[in-house]
Amino acid sequence: MNDRPYEPPQELVPFEEAVADFDVVMGIEVHVELSTASKMFCGCPTEFGAEPNTQVCPVCLGLPGALPVLNRTAVESAMRIGLALGCSIAEECRFARKNYFYPDMPKNFQTSQYDEPIAFDGVTTVEVEGRSFDIAIERAHMEEDTGKSLHVGGATGRIHGADHSLVDYNRAGIPLIEIVTKPIEGTGALAPQVARAYVAHLRELVRGLGVSDVRMEQGSLRADLNVSLRRSPSDEFGTRSETKNVNSLRSIERAVRYEITRHAGVLSSGGRIVQETRHWHEDTGVTTSGRSKEQAEDYRYFPEPDLVPVAPAREQVEELRASLPEPPSVRRGRLAEAWGFSELEFRDVVNAGALSVIEETVEAGASPAAARKWWTGELARRANVDGLELEELAITPAAVARVQALVESGALNDKLARQAIDGVLAGEGTPDEVVAARGLQVVSDGGALTAAVDEALAANPDVVEKIRSGKVAAAGALVGAVMKATKGQADAARVRELVLERVGG
Amino acid sequence: MSEPLSSEAAAEVVRLTASQVAAAVESGAVSAVEVAQAHLDRIAAVDDDVHAFLHVDTEGALAAARAVDERRSAGEPLGPLAGVPLALKDVLTQRGIPTTAGSRMLEGWRPPYDATVTARLKAAGVVILGKTNMDEFAMGSSTEHSAYGPTHNPWDLDRIPGGSGGGSAAALAAYEAPLAIGTDTGGSIRQPGAVTGTVGVKPTYGGVSRYGLIAFSSSLDQAGPCARTVLDAALLHEVIGGYDPLDSTSIDAPVPPVVEAARRGARGDLSGVRIGVVRELSGEGYQPGVEARFREAVELLTSLGASVTEVSCPHFGYALAAYYLIAPSEASSNLARFDAMRYGLRVGDDGEHSAEEVMAMTRAAGFGPEVKRRIMLGTYALSSGYYDAYYGSAQKVRTLISQDFAAAYDQVDVLVSPTTPTTAFRLGDKVDDPLAMYLNDLCTIPSNLAGGAAISVPCGLSDDDLPVGFQVMAPALADDRLYLVGAALEAALVDRWGGPLLDRAPALEGASS
Repeated sequence: MNDRPYEPPQELVPFEEAVADFDVVMGIEVHVELSTASKMFCGCPTEFGAEPNTQVCPVCLGLPGALPVLNRTAVESAMRIGLALGCSIAEECRFARKNYFYPDMPKNFQTSQYDEPIAFDGVTTVEVEGRSFDIAIERAHMEEDTGKSLHVGGATGRIHGADHSLVDYNRAGIPLIEIVTKPIEGTGALAPQVARAYVAHLRELVRGLGVSDVRMEQGSLRADLNVSLRRSPSDEFGTRSETKNVNSLRSIERAVRYEITRHAGVLSSGGRIVQETRHWHEDTGVTTSGRSKEQAEDYRYFPEPDLVPVAPAREQVEELRASLPEPPSVRRGRLAEAWGFSELEFRDVVNAGALSVIEETVEAGASPAAARKWWTGELARRANVDGLELEELAITPAAVARVQALVESGALNDKLARQAIDGVLAGEGTPDEVVAARGLQVVSDGGALTAAVDEALAANPDVVEKIRSGKVAAAGALVGAVMKATKGQADAARVRELVLERVGG
Repeated sequence: MSEPLSSEAAAEVVRLTASQVAAAVESGAVSAVEVAQAHLDRIAAVDDDVHAFLHVDTEGALAAARAVDERRSAGEPLGPLAGVPLALKDVLTQRGIPTTAGSRMLEGWRPPYDATVTARLKAAGVVILGKTNMDEFAMGSSTEHSAYGPTHNPWDLDRIPGGSGGGSAAALAAYEAPLAIGTDTGGSIRQPGAVTGTVGVKPTYGGVSRYGLIAFSSSLDQAGPCARTVLDAALLHEVIGGYDPLDSTSIDAPVPPVVEAARRGARGDLSGVRIGVVRELSGEGYQPGVEARFREAVELLTSLGASVTEVSCPHFGYALAAYYLIAPSEASSNLARFDAMRYGLRVGDDGEHSAEEVMAMTRAAGFGPEVKRRIMLGTYALSSGYYDAYYGSAQKVRTLISQDFAAAYDQVDVLVSPTTPTTAFRLGDKVDDPLAMYLNDLCTIPSNLAGGAAISVPCGLSDDDLPVGFQVMAPALADDRLYLVGAALEAALVDRWGGPLLDRAPALEGASS
């Protein structure tokens, strides 16, 4: 049974046409789950993947009488994120209650910040295809996460058709920072890439701060994408849709692109866009309607009376500012210089999101060129096939560096190295373990190789004749035959030497 | 096991004050178990009529008492209230003990944790007898809004014992316990104290932890001591008060020296103390007998050396209106968690109804009319488009009232007024007239809005032979001034009457058995 709400057929306008006819405005809200040791308002641990409801207490369960106590480390993390985004830090700010009903929210209100965020008015720059885009930051504020529902008994795991639901409150109360942009205008046809680049940039920046593990696949960084179209940049903003909880960079780009074509389709055929939240479907690459926001929700915000205002000391703010790590743009400049890549090569690296993994691979001993070759080549291909980010691949930069070291020592050739990487990705162990287990060994000397060469010469007298008559290039065919006979484990350069030696002799 | 106390001895024990009980236990004149048993027997004898208790924890009380006796026989030092029985308002959690806040919504719920107040009582060796009746979620001034039926005023069983802490006040007046805990959001400790002839204190906001206090209106709620004497209230105040890291609004400062102040006050010298009579808290709507007792008490304070002036607090007239916007607003949010999903009542869970329907049906069945009224009021006052006009304005009024207090405290040390405009009304008289009911808290609400401290002390009987309360208010963190003035007044009045006011209450059935 189809559990999605009925969705009238969508008339999509091709993307190029859409961005030619309309001006795109985006707003992006990113939720970052902080990796503090304890929750936002209680001392419960925050470890990911624990048994359901084992990391809970009266406070995060919202039991009658329980009261929140603010986690100071979370406030510090929020300030660091704000400062890294060029925001001002509030002299004094408060928490508010956002009142709404949600089955996995223990108090039926979320303790959040409303009109007094801890950080506001920042700006950060992203680059797409050589162009810089300044993204203005409206605010970065603190709030608590909700619990998680599991719908049991249906075919799809969705609430529709399920016969009961279970709720896990381990996540309830984990500190979140919500980073909200001001409207992003003037991106034109690059809107989808800008959205992706912004989130990638945030992820890099937050990771650099060490305040979150920013794992999109575990939901510790997730984005809501607001998209609207208007005929001309001088018009008022069009009605927006908000696509919730998109959790991979690739999906961000695709979802923005899809929404642009959908909006353009509706508007071009004389329809109007409904303000609503939408769900992104990774498998089909479309969004479907969620809650209608046409009657704007009334959250009945009011200052949280159970918490006293937060007034960060100015000295602390300055200390945090002074201790910020290198900004991503500075870091990129430094790495570009250190690695000596061409401008084009470096842009490829950035676009592939390979900066950090290459940096770590180089730190583990590989040359920048070799590290780049692996991460933007074979590994980027594998990540793309599996729909993963490079960091999400089951291979560490250190393991890649080790494979490269084996290649350089002559123990592996390129083909064998790829097999070694296959093995690591398949969970067979470290590169050395895979090499041992799979028997990946370059055959470079000894009787076996000579015998194989002789065999190839004997089997291909015509080729031997060609070489003798001066067509040295024909040796390739014999090398290929030897490589085939040795199942790729021979050192191709050595085989070629042997072939020429034998023919010549 | 020692012989049980004779009925005469038991009747005597239940009339002891808390400090007398503690002294008797410490000296070995009586064991904590005997004291607890005497009170449990008293409850068994009179509570069918009074209905002060929703739950009596016989086993827990006797076990706590035994522990005190064991500590004593081991020669360990006992605290100032060790072995003293206490009645706990059912709005504070006690681990494993049913806690309902007077609502069907929480019927059968046994909290997995102790409120900080509860934990401190236990640590002090106080013997918790059980949970007392109250207006549902502390909303009301008569305890008629309890889902479990009203409590009766021991002075006249046809009358209300005040609210929302009517159960706690009635337990004291009926000699079921020498100490009780109440909570005061708009007067729910002081108003029941006034109409039952007992002492009730609302400490400074943040002076006693709210952790484990089922929230009504978070910015106003304050737990505090209820007792039959000012000294007993002070002893209890010191046990439950003080900073609690689990409540971020609790004040990180030492408890004011309230016991010392109560002892000093009892010596009867108030020279140098400046007392302000709040002009706005008298006149029309105040029962003549209430005003008369109040004026006499003020004269008595003058005779003890205090200087008395009249002080104006011009914005107090708006306090009631501001309160009835702020308190319901916060309540509407605080009560949102009662959604039938995790604990308490669940109605309609038959596989035929959606989660939303179950939630709605449960709330329809689980919340009483007064609670629903306030949720509706609060939801409306907070809704977008009305926020500024209602909640926002009320907060501004709150600021003005705080400024009134601050200006008054520039001139005087404490402010005084009647605690309530009238004595206890009859059960049923105002239950259908919420606005008339709300007027009962006219005098008590301002100090909740400003976060200051206040006490109600009995000051005589009105023309209807029912008790009248005298309210003393003090600035935040000056709780000791309440005890100084309150104890001086109490000592002078008891002297004049020849005994405590409560001695004049009619004997309840079973009192002599």
